[in-house]
Amino acid sequence: MAITLESRLISFALKGTDEKVHRPEDYPGAKVLGVIFSCNHCPYAQAWEGRLIQIQRDYAGRGVQFLLINSNDPAKYPDDSFSSMQRRAQEKRYPFPYLFDETQEVARQYGATRTPEIFLFDERRVLRYHGAPDDNYEDPAAVRQPYLRNAIEALLAGKMPTPAETKPVGCTIKWR
Amino acid sequence: MRIELLYWEECPSYDLALQRLREALAERQVAESVRLIEVTTEQQAEALRFPGSPTIRIDGQDLFPTPDGPYGLTCRVYHADNGRVTPLPTAEMIREAIRKALRE
Repeated sequence: MAITLESRLISFALKGTDEKVHRPEDYPGAKVLGVIFSCNHCPYAQAWEGRLIQIQRDYAGRGVQFLLINSNDPAKYPDDSFSSMQRRAQEKRYPFPYLFDETQEVARQYGATRTPEIFLFDERRVLRYHGAPDDNYEDPAAVRQPYLRNAIEALLAGKMPTPAETKPVGCTIKWR
Repeated sequence: MRIELLYWEECPSYDLALQRLREALAERQVAESVRLIEVTTEQQAEALRFPGSPTIRIDGQDLFPTPDGPYGLTCRVYHADNGRVTPLPTAEMIREAIRKALRE
């Protein structure tokens, strides 16, 4: 079960595709911090990937930072190996760190189950939004509810996101 | 005609794929029912040559043929006409593939 709204951020230290270790504490200036479970192989993650990249670019100058985490077992899904993550991050020019949760401990601590699955924290690192990026994984042009953008805008304006929680839609995280 | 939709429960879009398939078949006035096959193990996926969920076959032929393998329990990546990645074929893709399958 996922951590509940108003939970405090759970810290972690994970190696990124840039070979550096990243921690949420490395981004003290971020007014909004998104911890996003994702991966390479999943079509849902791929379908939303471009939108997450665009959102990060759109809000980078406004104190919004995403941390993408892949927790899948690469033994079962080789496309989710660290080297494949490095290739994808480079090919897609990820504007955010892409981190490997090799032990799957971070996904377990957050209670994440899907890719993608978003945990959005405010400046005090309190969970304010949890769920899907928007309401249409198939077609960006058909999105009616841009949940993540709305939640970011709300937090930047000092308001509470509505909805604060939506159902994560995507592939299941592949446990060992 | 044998129409099958193979799926893995952990991929959430197979019900939407089934709905689109049934609608497309109805448009072509195809009365055969769709046989749903749940794939639950890697061994079964290999035996069924299942490239991912959802997979639609007519008379054993994949409506969207892929190169051989790999087979396994996974969500299948489709590419819409505009190159967009999608976890299931669009209604138009299914319609067009059925039109081709019925012509052959």
